[in-house]
Amino acid sequence: MTNRIAVQRASAEEAGTSAQPGLLKSPRGKPVNVLLGAAGLLTVALILQVLAPLGLVRAQDLPPSTDILTAFFQLLGDSSIWQAVYDTVYVWAIGLAAATVAGVLLGLLIGSLERLRKALSSTVEFLRPIPSVALVPLVVLLFGPRYESALVLVIYAAFWQVLVQTIYGVADVDPVVTETARSYRFTKLGVIRHVVWPTALPFIMTGFRLAATVALVLTVTAQLIIGTPGLGRDIALAESAGANARMYALVLVTGLLGLTVNLLVRLVEKKVLSWHMSFRKDAEE
Amino acid sequence: MKVLRSALYVLALPAVLFTTWWVFSAYSTNVYFPSLRRILGVFPATWFEGGWNSRIVVDGFSSVWRLAVGFSLATLLALTLGTLIGLSSRARAYCEPTLELFRAIPAPVLVPVISLFAGIGDEMKIFVIMLGCLWPILLNTVEGVRAVDTVMIETAKSYHLKTLRRIQKLILPAASPQIIAGMRQGLSVGIILMVISEMFAATSGLGFTVVQFQRNFALPEMWTGIIVLGMLGLFASLLFQVFENRSLRWYNGMRQASRDS
Repeated sequence: MTNRIAVQRASAEEAGTSAQPGLLKSPRGKPVNVLLGAAGLLTVALILQVLAPLGLVRAQDLPPSTDILTAFFQLLGDSSIWQAVYDTVYVWAIGLAAATVAGVLLGLLIGSLERLRKALSSTVEFLRPIPSVALVPLVVLLFGPRYESALVLVIYAAFWQVLVQTIYGVADVDPVVTETARSYRFTKLGVIRHVVWPTALPFIMTGFRLAATVALVLTVTAQLIIGTPGLGRDIALAESAGANARMYALVLVTGLLGLTVNLLVRLVEKKVLSWHMSFRKDAEE
Repeated sequence: MKVLRSALYVLALPAVLFTTWWVFSAYSTNVYFPSLRRILGVFPATWFEGGWNSRIVVDGFSSVWRLAVGFSLATLLALTLGTLIGLSSRARAYCEPTLELFRAIPAPVLVPVISLFAGIGDEMKIFVIMLGCLWPILLNTVEGVRAVDTVMIETAKSYHLKTLRRIQKLILPAASPQIIAGMRQGLSVGIILMVISEMFAATSGLGFTVVQFQRNFALPEMWTGIIVLGMLGLFASLLFQVFENRSLRWYNGMRQASRDS
């Protein structure tokens, strides 16, 4: 069993390192890099611009980037897009919050009780890889195209990410430290508050970051496939109406929303973990 | 005794859950939640009837094939591009904002976009799966390659290792823990996209079949479909675990050693 825990731990830590790709941090502070990055984006826009006129794609399939941008700015003036953005963020935030609270609480409980963890691990390992989209037909029948459908999918998908990382985090607690705290007469809650929580927090944040991305993916999926209101449904509608420039503009909006989510989550992580080694090292560089 | 006890730990809760489901659903009159006995009863007829033409062979194969091809293509492309980008700091600065933007687009919105170009055939699904898996693997490869110890690279250079051999013998192995972490994320995105692209528009595949059952109100059959999709996710993740343990054996051993010391 110890061996298995070690492997789990290793993979959790590795997920921790992998998910901190300093990509967004590195260009900052170096004007040359900012320029290069802007040039990269410009290149993509230019390529998109000339593909249709050169006859490589049909203009109705992939409109030139100027057309997409025009549609994008038209969208921004349209109140329905803001409603769609609001609907998307609403489902995402509620689902993510519910999944995080449930995942952290259950994770701390399961992780602290050795027997419970052993008894649950096979079930968790079994339920976790089940793709949440498998539940799509069920929620369609139960709720139809309403918020609840999307929420069930989002919570199911995001919950496992947080739960598993929290359990890994609790397993990472150094037993010597726990014993020391106990010999100083820390109460059970005191041990959790001052020993378990700080050790598990970096793992929990990794789980939270993964969950935030997955939650957005599932929110948009539900809108696209089931038709719950939001950006995904607008994309499906624009596609079936043949309004392709509008569809690409909506995809761009979704991408910008995803980018905001990524930045926001990284900001939260930086705030919460500012005391932690990995972030202090970054700050010193 | 010890074996018995750990077997008990592994099997006890699943057995309890299975029994609970069985007992509580036994007299279920709710159409949406048919009894487990009925679900398992229609399972063989739904999936295994018809030998080589059974659903599990035809739909299962077309789904798994799309997933495998898409995922492999994504891995190949991500490794090539990721190594190129990761090795040069200029290239990184040039590509990063673009990559971050593309990664931030939730992969499912690619389904309607790609179907414009590729129709609703196999190519569309494979392409969607490939594009969705690409970003996590690519970004992790870039980051893994970037983080390779510079002393090692300098050493390899001073031993006159040619660039290709250096990539093959030093850089890719050193980056592999990160690359594999990216592949694991990519795989779960790939499965999601496989199911969605089949639900969106298809004539075969597991996602298509499950939605067909739902539309026809064949609820026990729909539940068997959910179980099959769950099993597929489970097997994919087990298979990947085996692959990961094999290719990262040196790495896990190294960590274990440093932890024990």
